[in-house]
Amino acid sequence: MKITLMVWRQKCCKEQGKIEKFVVDNVEEDMSFLEMFDILNERLILEGKDPIAFDHDCREGICGACSMTINGVPHGHEHGTTTCQLHMRKFKDGDTIYVEPFRNKAFPVIKDLVVDRTAYERIMQAGGFVSVATGNAKDANNLPISKENADLAMDAAACIGCGACASSCPNGSAMLFVSAKVGQFALLPQGQPERKRRVLAMIKQMEKDGFGGCTNMYECEAACPKNVSVRFIAKMNRDYLRASLFTKSK
Amino acid sequence: MNLDAKIPEGPLADKWDNHLFNMKLINPANRRKYKIIVVGTGLAGGAAAATLAEQGYNVEAFTYNDSPRRAHSIAAQGGINAAKNYPNDGDSIRRLFYDTIKGGDFRAREANVYRLAQVSNNIIDQCVAQGVPFARDYGGLLANRSFGGAQVSRTFYARGQTGQQLLLGAYSALVRQIGLGTVTMHTRKEMADIVLIDGQCRGIITRDLLTGEVESHVADAVILATGGYGNVFFLSTNAQACNVTAAYRAYKKGAGFANPCFTQIHPTCIPVSGDHQSKLTLMSESLRNDGRIWVPKNKGDKRKPADIPEEERDYYLERKYPSFGNLSPRDISSRAAKEACDDGRGVASTGYGVYLDFADAIKRLGRDKIEERYGNLFEMYERITDDDPYTTPMMIYPASHYTMGGLWVDYNLMSNIPGLHVGGEANFSDHGANRLGASALMQGLSDGYFVLPSTVPHYLATNGPFEKVTKDHPEFKKAEAEVRDKVSRLMSIKGKHTPTYFHRELGKIMWEYCGMARNEAGLKKALELIPQVREEFWKDVTVTGDAQNLNTVLEKAMRVADFLEFAEVLVHDALERDESCGSHFRTEHQYPDGEAMRNDKDFAHVGVWEFQGVGKKPLRHKEELQYENVKFAVRSYK
Ligand SMILES: Cc1cc2nc3c(=O)[nH]c(=O)nc-3n(C[C@H](O)[C@H](O)[C@H](O)COP(=O)(O)OP(=O)(O)OC[C@H]3O[C@@H](n4cnc5c(N)ncnc54)[C@H](O)[C@@H]3O)c2cc1C
Ligand code: FES
Repeated sequence: MKITLMVWRQKCCKEQGKIEKFVVDNVEEDMSFLEMFDILNERLILEGKDPIAFDHDCREGICGACSMTINGVPHGHEHGTTTCQLHMRKFKDGDTIYVEPFRNKAFPVIKDLVVDRTAYERIMQAGGFVSVATGNAKDANNLPISKENADLAMDAAACIGCGACASSCPNGSAMLFVSAKVGQFALLPQGQPERKRRVLAMIKQMEKDGFGGCTNMYECEAACPKNVSVRFIAKMNRDYLRASLFTKSK
Repeated sequence: MNLDAKIPEGPLADKWDNHLFNMKLINPANRRKYKIIVVGTGLAGGAAAATLAEQGYNVEAFTYNDSPRRAHSIAAQGGINAAKNYPNDGDSIRRLFYDTIKGGDFRAREANVYRLAQVSNNIIDQCVAQGVPFARDYGGLLANRSFGGAQVSRTFYARGQTGQQLLLGAYSALVRQIGLGTVTMHTRKEMADIVLIDGQCRGIITRDLLTGEVESHVADAVILATGGYGNVFFLSTNAQACNVTAAYRAYKKGAGFANPCFTQIHPTCIPVSGDHQSKLTLMSESLRNDGRIWVPKNKGDKRKPADIPEEERDYYLERKYPSFGNLSPRDISSRAAKEACDDGRGVASTGYGVYLDFADAIKRLGRDKIEERYGNLFEMYERITDDDPYTTPMMIYPASHYTMGGLWVDYNLMSNIPGLHVGGEANFSDHGANRLGASALMQGLSDGYFVLPSTVPHYLATNGPFEKVTKDHPEFKKAEAEVRDKVSRLMSIKGKHTPTYFHRELGKIMWEYCGMARNEAGLKKALELIPQVREEFWKDVTVTGDAQNLNTVLEKAMRVADFLEFAEVLVHDALERDESCGSHFRTEHQYPDGEAMRNDKDFAHVGVWEFQGVGKKPLRHKEELQYENVKFAVRSYK
């Protein structure tokens, strides 16, 4: 296949970026989207040019590092798929594909397709945990948890923290990401003692980092490579309301 | 080289408890005064950094990823072992211990492995307390599955994403400490060297991957938890950035490298499809619980799998190893697949693949049950290959996956360099010549949550307080200069090939001559070829861009440069270990039926290598292994 790539190039966060055109021949159907970039980059290096920078690591759809906006959609149009797991058989010979970094003002571009997602780290630091130190935890089976709740918690915990939700949202909201963590713990007995504190702290940090609010556009769910459901946002909203009403603000 | 393993006195079952009591402690008010550097924030490093910070130490942690949550541990699929015996099927600490020693083909230390089995139960408790959503049954209790090399169900799992959930557990403990200000987290920083002062490890040098800045960091003790070196084969199941640099730099500074030739080839990976391939994807071993492995009985049988009748199929694992069948250990299953393919009976377009068939399981249990157990793995398989494993068998082939070898450590997980501790896949300690499935996560978390947080304070209490040093110390300045010099050398070559080209060349040599089966002639050949590739690399590599900005070519070149030196140590080890054991199969040493033939008289030891200079043969030392509780036996899974 022959593919034309229109790729966002930006030297560093302070400089202006622009789209640059590349034509890649010999793209095979079995290649992943990133393997196509590998080939292009190998060529650019041999031409003495700076290759296109992009984040990636596991290439199995689990680390959450890869982060390209493909034809306007984070991770591309293929449902429930990360960029690294997107295969070229989903495209046609002669296609032109636009590739940009994840777009959110809380994720500044570092270079080309690489963005800075430390805002997500700060949200996690604000409350994405159960406060339990390592030590003599009680026997695991002393805490039965219904299979339904364990499974639902796992659905939420499947989030890979890639940032596609916040980058697809017209409001730039990170609600799906935050609600996945809040929702996981809200479903489990371990999460109860800090339930109110957690939701307040994480949302506060989310707002502080410049993410927008949720107006139920559901773009996040459509873009999420792990199919995390917007129901977790609804649940979190209830938790948030309850926590705001019944918690004294400090 | 001092290779005293410092194994505590007393009966096997009491060693760890006695040691915990005998180790020195530090008063809570004084802990803050000690700085501990943790390099790597996967399971082992993330857990250690969080736990030491909880205790009150001043921790600085480093990773080259943009977040600790993206460490390679995230990719582990199948599960984590523990001796809980919840299913009441005969498991015990002793059995987990024995299975691990036997699985490792009698090349691991008894005391370490016993401790691992003991601690395994605490890990599950700890993870549940953190909110890790392990799979449960309808009664609300934890579910278990079986893994290779065991006849009990002792593997805990969270769908096919166990590593992700365990890492997110450790990560949550870590972010909590970062938020509290007890851990300073450095992301996108790659350790480029360690620094010794008066023989003690007193810090590290890092390179900031965004700015190119080369920096010094001083500490009282350093922990390396930097993962394995499976990417020395180029194609592997490891994440793209996994590399040997941290461990290799420590080796160059005098740390012993133990058993580098013990590299695990995993039997169930998606076969190679073309030259463009950047990695091989693992299909979790848990699939072997329900999948049956087979190849056609006849050579060159090109019919569709569904058209091959039952009697013309060879379920070779069930045939050769009736008692373990499809759940035979990894080394045995991998070699059996290779044999079948070398015999011309392989499938896939390349002839290097075997079937993993779920038709029987679907008939027996129904599609829903299979979907519930392996849904996400089936989906991943379909995405990559465009084949639907519910209706046609998967195709799999072995690939480089895990490395049992690593930096030598004593019972306290300290290397032979005082102050330098090593945890997780980066050390050599617990798996001998072959690791059993679901035991790496167990070991990483055992090291991280329980062992290092006891032994590192003991080191500090016994040896501290330390003389004050600063970044201006000449040793730091010298090490910084060396890193800068390496960067500018790489930038100035401006040759004709990319770093990836050389990595691929190296990988070909390693897979061909030092892969699943090895022999003297091949290994000697590899020892001729590797230095040639290395020489060519330093003459002809090209690194574009500049060194003061994010530069992925430079990152890669730095890592490949170290692989090109390290590979030689690995091959030396494979050559000197003139026996077959576990993952290390020397074709010269096999029984008539093709099973590995160990030589306990000459090789029941750890082979530890000491650096002598690039391109010079390193010195080999031995730590003899004492077996007081188990008897050597021919490993049989028949
Ligand atoms: C696909 C796959 C599936 C697996 N499934 C299982 C399973 O089901 N069960 C099981 O028990 N095991 C499994 N394993 C093995 C297991 O996942 C690993 O052995 C284990 O997670 C390693 O953990 P670690 O903490 O030692 O290292 P890693 O998770 O590899 O972490 C290494 C850390 O070190 C950092 N680092 C490395 N070098 C440097 C440097 N120079 N400077 C700064 N930072 C550095 C990295 O950024 C990272 O944070 C699997 C492995 C693979 C590849
Ligand atoms: S590279 Fe890890 S999710 Fe894509």
